[in-house]
Amino acid sequence: MSPTNTNTKVMNRFDVTSRLVAKLKNEEAVIGGIGNTNFDLWAAGHRPQNFYMLGSMGLAFPIALGVALAQPKRRVFALEGDGSLLMQMGCLSTIAALRPANLCMIVMDNGLYQITGAQPTPAAAVSDIVAIAIGCGISNSAWAADEQDFERLVIESLSASGPTLIGVRIDDKPGVGATRRDPVQIRERFMLGLGVRQQL
Amino acid sequence: MAAAAEQSSQQASAARAWHEVVLQTLKRNDIRLVPYVPDRVLTTLIKNIHADPFFTTFPTAREEEAVGIVSGAWMGGMRGAVLMQTSGFATLANVLASLAIPYQIPLIMFVSERGTLGEFNYGQSLVCRTMRPLLDSLAMEHHTATRLDEFEFIVDRSIKQAIATQAPVALILSPLLTGGKVFDK
Repeated sequence: MSPTNTNTKVMNRFDVTSRLVAKLKNEEAVIGGIGNTNFDLWAAGHRPQNFYMLGSMGLAFPIALGVALAQPKRRVFALEGDGSLLMQMGCLSTIAALRPANLCMIVMDNGLYQITGAQPTPAAAVSDIVAIAIGCGISNSAWAADEQDFERLVIESLSASGPTLIGVRIDDKPGVGATRRDPVQIRERFMLGLGVRQQL
Repeated sequence: MAAAAEQSSQQASAARAWHEVVLQTLKRNDIRLVPYVPDRVLTTLIKNIHADPFFTTFPTAREEEAVGIVSGAWMGGMRGAVLMQTSGFATLANVLASLAIPYQIPLIMFVSERGTLGEFNYGQSLVCRTMRPLLDSLAMEHHTATRLDEFEFIVDRSIKQAIATQAPVALILSPLLTGGKVFDK
């Protein structure tokens, strides 16, 4: 395998997502990337501060960056698949340049386009996403060695002084739930959850 | 009185360059976040936005990324606008159809128009022809600004309409307004 993740355990997306959600006590925003990534965020239990993407593959980190810039006092998490990140890798340089301390990016890496039939990504056997993030200038990037290490990295990110990226090697299982595909309601509820809107 | 006010307003806008109109109208509408992919025509605007501490402005690697950023910022309570060139707009079909329109996000785009009125690169002229059919196929609001005397009206009203109706808008900056980019050896 690639150089920086030789000792990492293969985890499960739904389990890791549930562990993240369990650590969130301060109305942190969470952006779920397309497909299985936001299905498992949905399945982990809806929160008013969750945003679920129904398209625009690769934009979980840019959307989260926008939320982080708009609300610098709120911690913002983004969950993205490795295939999605490959679509928009330039955003890592943008985020490194802006250094939003309240942004934590989590990459669920199984080397697969799981949802389209588990075809390997071009990066699968050759590229190291954490090394790429470090190369882009996000120095606070690491692979989670196991579930406990993941939880430790999440807690550390809550007081980080720059953006954090956590790589998680995951298995090839599909998502557990399925997000209700109602974009207007998803957006409106998210804005209510962030205190930007009030109920009519 | 009204005529005098109108005349003085016309004189005021005549005294300003198009890029000053953009900057001031963004400010008046509290649009603070301006990610962009640069274009020669936008150089002065970008420089002036960087120089003004009111704005948070930075380059992105792709136009799609900038759309994601301003969409997230809107949901977090901060208004934004994206600056780009025609060829960059041509990369946006998927994000318009899957994020900005269905989630009802007032995405404000300024597109510096290349590919017409003196274009010297055939590829630019071809990609330019995809812009309005794409906007029309998605039934998106768009205006092509050609005249300085009506530019502020178009920009200000379009921003307000985008926000009030929660719908994206593209403001196309014609070479008739900006001078465009010409072949310089």
